[in-house]
Amino acid sequence: MLQGRSKFLTFMLFAGFIFLYVPMILLIIYSFNYSKLVPVWGGWSTRWYKELFESPEVWEAVSLSLQIAFINATFATVLGTLAGLAMVRFGRFRGRTIFGGMLVAPLVMPEVITGLSLLVFFISLKELIGWPAERGFTTITIAHITFSLAYVAVIIQARLTGIGETLEEAASDLGAKPFKVMKAITLPRLAPGMLSGWLLAFTLSLDDLVIASFVTGPGANTLPILIFSRIRLGLRPDINALATIIIIFVAVLVSLAAYLMFRQQKREIMDHKMAQSIKS
Amino acid sequence: MTSKAAQDKNRLPHPLKALNFLSGMQSRWKTFVIATPFAWLLIFFLAPFFIVAKISLAELTISSPPFSDMIEWVDGTIISVRLVFDNFIYIFDDPLYARTYVNSLKIAFISTLLALLIGYPIAYGIVRSGPVAKQLLLFAIILPFWTSFLLRVYAWMGLLADQGTVNNLLISLGLIETPIRMLYTEFAVYVGIVYTYLPFMILPLYANMEKLDGTLNEAAADLGSGPINTFFKITLPLTMPGVIAGALLVFIPATGEYVIPDLLGGGNVQMIGRQLYNEFARNIDWPVASAVAIVLLLLLVLPMAIYQHYQGKAAERS
Repeated sequence: MLQGRSKFLTFMLFAGFIFLYVPMILLIIYSFNYSKLVPVWGGWSTRWYKELFESPEVWEAVSLSLQIAFINATFATVLGTLAGLAMVRFGRFRGRTIFGGMLVAPLVMPEVITGLSLLVFFISLKELIGWPAERGFTTITIAHITFSLAYVAVIIQARLTGIGETLEEAASDLGAKPFKVMKAITLPRLAPGMLSGWLLAFTLSLDDLVIASFVTGPGANTLPILIFSRIRLGLRPDINALATIIIIFVAVLVSLAAYLMFRQQKREIMDHKMAQSIKS
Repeated sequence: MTSKAAQDKNRLPHPLKALNFLSGMQSRWKTFVIATPFAWLLIFFLAPFFIVAKISLAELTISSPPFSDMIEWVDGTIISVRLVFDNFIYIFDDPLYARTYVNSLKIAFISTLLALLIGYPIAYGIVRSGPVAKQLLLFAIILPFWTSFLLRVYAWMGLLADQGTVNNLLISLGLIETPIRMLYTEFAVYVGIVYTYLPFMILPLYANMEKLDGTLNEAAADLGSGPINTFFKITLPLTMPGVIAGALLVFIPATGEYVIPDLLGGGNVQMIGRQLYNEFARNIDWPVASAVAIVLLLLLVLPMAIYQHYQGKAAERS
C-alpha cells in the first residue's frame, strides 16, 4: 500500500476541496440574505424561506418529485438487483453482451438522447396502443427507472463480487433451493448495497431535469423543472433557500447511508477475524 | 468473447445439454432473474433508439404525431416504404450544425483534460492518505456527486455573475475596477463542466490507484529513480485504465450537455445538446431533433464502446 503525501498532493487536496465546497457554502450563506438581489448583502433574514413555504407551486412540485423518486427508487432497486445478480452470478447466457451493454450505456448516454428517444417512444406507443394517454407522472417514472436501474446494478455488481459465493455454494450443497439460498443468504448480505442503490436512485430521480423535461406533459412540473424555469432568468433568492434545504436534506441522507454501510463493513471484518481465530 | 463460449456450449452433446436444464427450479429462477430487467431495458432503452432512428428518416407533418409514417399499409400489405434523408441533408448542409458539433467536442475535450489535471493529484492524494482520512476524503468527494447537479450549476451563476461573488471580491481587493464578464461566456461553461463532472474523474482514478503496488515505487527509488521519473515510468502507465475510464465518464456526457451551456453559456456558447433541445422544444421539429440525436450518437459510439470494453475488462479482473 502507498502512503505518505508530498506537499504538492496535500496542497492539491486542499485546493480541490475548496473548489468543490466553497460554491455550495456561498449558495447557502446567500439564502439568508435579506436583499432581493442575490449577490448584494442586505443583512441576515429568513424571509426567502417563508416565501418558499407559502408558494403552493413549490409544494406541488416537491410532492410530485418525491412520489416519482420513491416509486422509481423501489422499482429500480428490484430491477437493478436482479440485473446485478444476472451479470455476476449466472455466468454466460444468451444475450449477455447486449444486456451488459444496455446496463452500461445509460451511465454515459447524454441525457438529451435518452430523453428524446423516450419521448418519441411514448408518442409512438400512444399511436399504437393508446397508452400512455397523457404524459406526466407515469412517463417520468418509467424514464427514471430505466436509467436508475443501471446505477443500482453497478452498486450490486460491486457488492456481489465483494462478498463472493462461498456461503451460497455451501447452502446449495446442503440442499437449499435457489430461491431459499437467495432469501436466506444472498439478500441479507446484499441489503446494504440495495439500500445505497435505493438512495442513489432516489436522489438521481429528484435531480433529473433534462429527461423529465422531455417526457413530461402539460402541468406535470417536477422540482428541477420548476427550479430551472425560474433560474433561467437569473439569480433568485428563493431558489437559494430551496437549494439550501435540498443540499442539507441530501447531505444528511447520504451521511446516514455511508454510516450504515461503514458499520456493516466493520461487522463483516469482525466476523471474519472471529472466524479466523476459531480456525486457528 | 461471449459468442465463442456460447458456441462451445452449443457444441455439447445432447444428453449433457439436457442436463443443464434438468433442475427445473434452478432454470426457472434464473430465467426470471435475467428476463425481468432484460425485458425492461429492451422495451424502454433499446426500442426507443430504433424509433428515433425511424423518425429521423421521416418528414415533419402537421398532424398528431407530427411526423410522417415510414411505411404505408393497406389491408395488411405494405404499399410503400418512404425514407426521407432530408433531415440529415439539412444538418450537413447547414454550417451551424457542423460548427456546433465541433464546438461541443472541443469543449468536452478541453474540460476532460482540465478535470484530469485537477482530479489526478486529488485522487492520488486520497490514496496516499491514512486509512481514516482516506474514508473521510472519499466521502467528501462523493457527497457533491449526490447533491443536485442543477443546483451546483446554479451556485456558479452566483459566483460568476457581473455582480457576483468573484467580481465583488476582486473589486473590493482593488484588483479590478469594472466587473469582468464571466457568466455567459465559454469560460463559465468550462468551469461548470469541470466542477460538476470532477467526481466522475476522481472516483475511477481512485479505484484504480488503490490497487497500485507500493513496492514497485520503493524498488524504483532503491534503484536510484527520482520521484518524477518514477511517476512517469511507473505510476502513470499503471493508472492508465483509471485515466481512460474517468476521461470517458466526463467526455461522453459533457459532449451532449444541455444544462451547463444553457445556464452558464447563455446564448453565446453553441453546444449540440442545447441545439437538440431547442429543435424539440422551440421549433417542435422532431424529425430534425431525432436526426441531430442520431448524428451525436454516432459521434459517441466509439468512446462508448471503448468505455464498455474497459468496464468489461475491469469486471473480469476483479
